This record gives sequence, structure tokens and C-alpha cells, in this order.
Amino acid sequence: MSATVQADPATPAGSASGLMPRRPLGDRVFQLLALASGLLVLVILVLIAVTMSQQSTSWFTSEGWSGIFSLDWDPAHGKFGALAFVYGTVVMSLIAIILAFPVSVGVALLLTEVVPRRWAQPIVYVIDLLAVVPSVVWGLWGILVLVPWLQTAIYPHVASAVNDIWILGNLFGPLNGNYVSGASFFTAGLVLAVMIIPIMTSLSREVIATVPASDKEGAYALGATRWEMIRGAVWPHSQVGVMGATLLGLGRAMGETIAVALVCGASATVTSHLLTPGYAMPAVIALQFGEATVGVFRAALIGMGVLLFLLTIIVNLSARAVVERNARRMRGAA
Amino acid sequence: MAAVTTAPGGVDLREPSGWRRAKSQFATGAMWFAFVCLLVPLGFVLVTVIAKGASIINWQFLTADIPPNVLPANFGGMGPAVLGTLEITAFAAVIAIPLGILGAVYLNEYGGNRPLARLLSFLSDVMTGVPSIVMGLFIYTIWVIPNGLTGLSGMAGSFALACLMLPIVIRSSYEMLRLVPDSLRQGSYALGATKARVVLTVVLPSAIGGIVSGALLAVARAAGETAPLLFTIGVVTANNPNLFSGSNTALSAQIWLNASQPYVGAQARAWGSALTLIAITFILMIVARLVTARFNRYSR
Repeated sequence: MSATVQADPATPAGSASGLMPRRPLGDRVFQLLALASGLLVLVILVLIAVTMSQQSTSWFTSEGWSGIFSLDWDPAHGKFGALAFVYGTVVMSLIAIILAFPVSVGVALLLTEVVPRRWAQPIVYVIDLLAVVPSVVWGLWGILVLVPWLQTAIYPHVASAVNDIWILGNLFGPLNGNYVSGASFFTAGLVLAVMIIPIMTSLSREVIATVPASDKEGAYALGATRWEMIRGAVWPHSQVGVMGATLLGLGRAMGETIAVALVCGASATVTSHLLTPGYAMPAVIALQFGEATVGVFRAALIGMGVLLFLLTIIVNLSARAVVERNARRMRGAA
Repeated sequence: MAAVTTAPGGVDLREPSGWRRAKSQFATGAMWFAFVCLLVPLGFVLVTVIAKGASIINWQFLTADIPPNVLPANFGGMGPAVLGTLEITAFAAVIAIPLGILGAVYLNEYGGNRPLARLLSFLSDVMTGVPSIVMGLFIYTIWVIPNGLTGLSGMAGSFALACLMLPIVIRSSYEMLRLVPDSLRQGSYALGATKARVVLTVVLPSAIGGIVSGALLAVARAAGETAPLLFTIGVVTANNPNLFSGSNTALSAQIWLNASQPYVGAQARAWGSALTLIAITFILMIVARLVTARFNRYSR
């Protein structure tokens, strides 16, 4: 009996003595329960991949790879090309990252290097508030307040100001004539940026907080100003971790559904003009699922869910790889 | 150059040159500006939601049935959605919190450094990044497709929210369990306690503050989610207190439906729902903070 107990690595050394010849039933049941709960994560992820792939096979078989990655999205005529949605997701997430990165890193540096600790806590509470505002509330505010305001008060002026400037004219200039839309790629990116700033800020802050105090004090002792200290001591130490935080933000932005569905403009187009309506993968799933009565239509939307699942997993894995490698390097340095 | 101040050792203690100091001050200013960039949208959205939502919220709004969209704001309310949000989120919490805590117990107390535990820890990290709409599609695929329209119920929505909460609860509980000092475990083993007893009566109670606050934050996040509910709960306009059969509705789903309506009444009800939903999530978050403050024995 004691041999079986010893063989179980979960049993602490010493409990295999004659005092307790056999682990009580309750103890083993509890261990099994805990193991089963842990395995649930694996089971759910495998089930997501398997069942959703099965439900979307008719999309892959009827369209083929070239059909899936075509621009032709026309459910009424049985055309289900997803390229415009992939493009929209990538463009909107990139806009979000470009806008959110400086703000997140700036606030993270403010919290760690500038304000005293007792002021940092209230600022963290404010960021937490931002994080729990539901996506659909951003969407409601976006479509009823932000979009009309941008469309009438901001975008027309931006468009006419940059129209003749190289590149900027292509990005923010009006598309044929003077048409700019409040619900657009850029608005979606803007709302996404606000939504991913909290997670990017708190992750960047965690990374920046690991910079050894001795490095910072060393920089100050050499006569560096605060900015020189940040550039010389904080940034080299934390840039990889901040990149990881940015990638996690990118993953969030790509999967964000409801707010984007409401402010993106819902038009399956591929264009460099960011002030025109676009579409995104999660948005098309949310907006068109109700009409997806044809088998292939539903399969295409579920298939887009599979693509989104794979895309976010790849982004999250690379973020994790970046952060882990950096953590190991920093442990070695410390 | 007579005014140069030199310390006894010959070290130059002059202030940094004007240009370097200006650059540093400019950088600090830019950081404060970044904080303002974060405050403006938050303030903007909160002020708008309160300004447009507060006037419509009263007892009737929180309890009455959902009227047709064309009716003005003083008709009906969002009762079924309030009930649905509370029921669906509570049931999701009942599923996900115990399983998540048990999963974290496996990872920290039983798994140790074994490959399986490392894999599961890694996967729970990956699962936190899975978009919420994928969770909705998943429950649609395995529950609603086999069961047909009768599969649409509050419970299906709870399943989807539970899938979303599970990895968050696992991660936060795991971080808290890691903070419990080993001496506590060793002390109880020395008294002859079994492992289950050590976990249940010593380890979990000493980490309970952090675990509860992490779980409440997960509930707050789930309560505001729309995407997992879109394909799983259907829609109703009258109270359906039965979570396990028949379609249901939720505040977030109603905001989503009303946001693109042209009717003033429907939009007003959306703003009222948004304020109710924000109030629910903020209350959960504040309670989580209070719990952390009250029980932070081993938290950071």
C-alpha cells in the first residue's frame, strides 16, 4: 500500500509513513476533480477547433482556398470570399496599435517613473474603470455620438486639408469627390485603441516595474535627466516586454466584435482610404449571422470564426514567446 | 565662468544644461498628455451615458417589459434584460468560478512542474486571448445546432460566458495561490492533514481575498459581454425567469439591438440600459477592490 502512495508525486514526502497507510477516498476524489477542471481548458480549446472546423467544412469545399481569399462577398449569389474582412481586421487593428502604443507606454512610464506611489494607485483605478466599460457601450457611444461628430466636424476638414499631400492624401483624403464617412476604418481603429489601452498600459507597467532600481540610480548618478534615464536605463531593459504587451493588445483588437460592428460602416471593401466604411471578421459574424440561413453562408461565418481563432492564437503565442524570452534574458542579467 | 559651483571632490554639480532639461520636461509633459488622452474618451463616454441614461431610469424602466421600438421612452422598460443579465451572469459565475479555482488548485498544488501542468497553464493563457465571439460561435456549434431553436436559452448564454470567464479565473486564482507561503502547507502536513484538507482549509482560505476579487473582475467583464450572447440566448420582450428553457435576453444584447434603431424611444432605452450595465460592472469592480483591500494578506 505504501508503495502506491509513494509512487504518487502529488503526495508530500513523509505522508507515506505507517501512520497513514492509504490516502483517504476524499483526498483522491479531490485531486481528480482538480485535474478534471484543469483538463477542461484543453478539452474546450480542442472542441472549439474541432467542432467549428467541422461546421465550416462546406465553406472550404465549395469555395476552395482561392474562393475563401477572394474579394467576392455576395451571399445572395453564393459568393463567400473573406479577403475584405481579413483586410479590415488587419487595418483596424494596426490603426488601434499605432494610436494606443504611445499612450499606453506614456501612461506606464508616468505611473512607474514620474508620479509618487500614492498618486499612482488612483490613476490605476481610472485605467481599470476604462477596462470594464463594456464593448457594447463603446459601440453605442460610437455610433450615436462619436460617428456623427467625426463625420460633420472633423473628417471633412482633415480630408480637404490633406487631399493634395502625398500618401496622406491616399490615406485620409476623400474617396471619389468629397465623400468621407464617420463610420470608417479609422473610427473603428480609434475606438479599438481606447479599448486596448488599459490592457497594454497595465502589461507595459508590469514590464517597466521590473527594471532594477540600481540601473535607474546609476543613470541618475551619472547626471542623466529623467528622460535620459528612461532612454538609457528603462527602455533597453523593457522594450522587448513592451513589444509583447503590444502584441497582446493586437490580439485583443483583432477579436473585438461589438464596438467595431457598430462603428466600422459595414462595407466589404479593400481600399487605402481610411475614412471610408470598412468591415472586419468578427463584425461580419455578428452582423450577418442572423441572415445566414443558407448552409454555406453559416459555414462561411463559422469558418471566419475559425480563422479568427487561429489568428488570435498565433498573435498571442508570439506575444508570449517574446515576453518569455525577455524574462529569461532579464533573469540572467539580474 | 566664475559662478561655476564645484563640490569638494571636483564633481560638477551644475543643473543639466537648459536643452537637456527642456527635453526631459517635454517628455514628462508628453506622458501627462498621454494620460489626458486616456481620460478624455472615458470622461466623454461616462458623461454621455449618464446624461442620456439617468433621466429614463426609474423603477418602471428596470422592471417593465420591453415595448416595441417605435414607442417613446416613457413606455415600457428593460425588465427582462435586467433579469436576464443578472441570471445569465450569475449562472455563468456558478459554473466558471468553482471550476476555475479547482483548475488553479491543480496547476499550483498538484501539477507542480510536470509537463501536463505546464501545458495546461500555457493553454489557459492562450484561452484568455480567444475572442468572445468565438466562444459564442462555439456554444452555438455544440449546443444550438444539435438542439435547434429550443437550444436558445439563458443557459446556453451562461455556458458561453463561463467559457470566457474560466481562463481568467484560473489565471487570477493561480497567481494568488502562488503567493501562499510554503511554510503554511508544511505546517499542516506536519499535523497529519491530507492534501485535500490542506488545500481546502489552509491554502484556499489564506488566498481567498485575491481569489474572490479576481473572480469578481471576471464576472464584471462577463456581465458586459455581448458577442457570446448573440447566437445563444435568442431574444424575448417579456420576462423569462426560467434560465433553462426558452429564449432570454440581456442588457448588452438589448443595447446592441437598439443602437442601430432610428427611433428616439429605442435609443433612449439603449442609453438607460448602458447606464444600468455600467453601474452593474462598476459595482462589481468596486466590491472586488474592497475585497482586495480587506483581505490582502498575501497579495502584492
